[in-house]
Amino acid sequence: MISYHKYSVCENEIVSKGIYKLSVKGSFEGKPGQFYMLRAWGTEPILSRPISIHDKIKDKISFLYEVKGRGTVQFSSLDTGDEIELLGPLGNGFDLSGLKGKVALVAGGIGVAPMFYTAKELKGVSLDLYAGFRDDTYIIEDFRKYVDSIKFSTDTGKSGHKGFITDIFDPSVYSSVLCCGPEIMMKKVVEMCNAGDVPVYISMEKHMACGIGACLVCACKTREGNKRACKDGPVFNGKDVLFDA
Amino acid sequence: MLNVNICGIEFKNPLIAASGTFGFGREYKELFDISRLGGISSKGLTLNKKEGNNGLRIYETSSGILNSVGLQNPGVDGFIKDELPFMKSLDTVVIANLGGGTIEEYIKGIEKLNDTDVDMVELNISCPNVKSGGMAFGIKCADAFDIVSKVRDICKKPLMVKLSPNAEDIVKMAITCVEAGADVLSLVNTFKAMAIDIKRRKPVFDNITAGLSGPSIKPIALRMVYEVAGAVDVPVVGVGGIISSQDALEFIMAGAAAVQVGSGNFIKPDICIDIIDGIEKFMIGENIKSLGEIRGII
Repeated sequence: MISYHKYSVCENEIVSKGIYKLSVKGSFEGKPGQFYMLRAWGTEPILSRPISIHDKIKDKISFLYEVKGRGTVQFSSLDTGDEIELLGPLGNGFDLSGLKGKVALVAGGIGVAPMFYTAKELKGVSLDLYAGFRDDTYIIEDFRKYVDSIKFSTDTGKSGHKGFITDIFDPSVYSSVLCCGPEIMMKKVVEMCNAGDVPVYISMEKHMACGIGACLVCACKTREGNKRACKDGPVFNGKDVLFDA
Repeated sequence: MLNVNICGIEFKNPLIAASGTFGFGREYKELFDISRLGGISSKGLTLNKKEGNNGLRIYETSSGILNSVGLQNPGVDGFIKDELPFMKSLDTVVIANLGGGTIEEYIKGIEKLNDTDVDMVELNISCPNVKSGGMAFGIKCADAFDIVSKVRDICKKPLMVKLSPNAEDIVKMAITCVEAGADVLSLVNTFKAMAIDIKRRKPVFDNITAGLSGPSIKPIALRMVYEVAGAVDVPVVGVGGIISSQDALEFIMAGAAAVQVGSGNFIKPDICIDIIDGIEKFMIGENIKSLGEIRGII
């Protein structure tokens, strides 16, 4: 049975403005695209925060998160040795087993988080990273030894291509695409992939409460009706999702 | 020591997982032994399958959460076929929570549930997140009397009616529902509330309003349970922001026969077990032999 367990924070470092990498000591399960529910407080806020696995090694798991609200503000104040509770791994994750040939990872903003562990675990393929950011880039150099090429963009033009990452992404040369980022960006990537009949798998970010599939607050519209982002996802076949954006 | 008898149904303890937060129990079974619960109230059912509301469905407030799920559920037939056998395989009381848009939908839903081995029906006349029916039946006493009496006429199961805190007068509403034939009352459902996204200058929910639950509503829910328990002679089940054994005991001392835990399940999936154990510890410490000794003691 899985349940919340208490762990010790071993690192909580700023990697860019408002972006932190939190590492926790312990032996953890989980595949790329899966997530954990994290809480580092008693009863307030009520909800735990779902954060995808950014990296996992033998005795440590890492989460890359953006400070957005009350929960992530509290995470950002954690120091080495502080206590944190984790429930997971949850969700389905990316199915890497059938991927062959040339694969693209397309990430937007904090959507780059699960792509690092994905890149590490994805073997026997030619792999390119496309990452779009608002202003500052982060962690893309960490990918260097796991991917064949890195292309990136910033909305402001501070570095890389000025504009959207989809401006410089051509799905036609890929056998599969894995994507995570803002819904409006994923919608564009799915449209581009569908036009070229390229398989695309997307990781949906939704607000969650239970994280285990019971409460139905993280509904994701698909061609087969509402699916639960926490239990049926967060990774969906891009062809199945009906976007709100 | 912790057992409670409500309408002839034996609950091993007074802790019931509240509707809407616990699904049909299946997911929580992977996390803890849910047979330890006194009962489980199913996800709110409607006669036909429902996809629920669009847009954001949850938002956190101070010590509370707003939800706008909108009764997404597999419908009564889907529940009977796919979920009830699992629930009945558990060693706990199974309560079917039934909502609806029209009286006819409630009636047809009851007719189907009558033929099952559901232990009890909880009539939801208090959901604020559906456009038709739902809470509309739980605001005015005349509307509530109409639906509860019509359901009572055909319902073969013990009937619990879940009251809305948005009722014009909660005590009058409670008395009305009992006069209409309710065997048990559960209160309260969520409070109609709202939140605004100041950057977008728009309400955060597509429906504008949503249902508030969690610790922030507990003192109000407790007051309502106290007032209602003193005014009716049927068992009352307390609901609203219960996240500890202290909270549960307050409701019991205010007159509740049992309690339901909703939002608390999100804080800790097995929080009900902590509460059961905490109540037992309190009773042992205070030399209380049965919950009847403290129920309604205020």
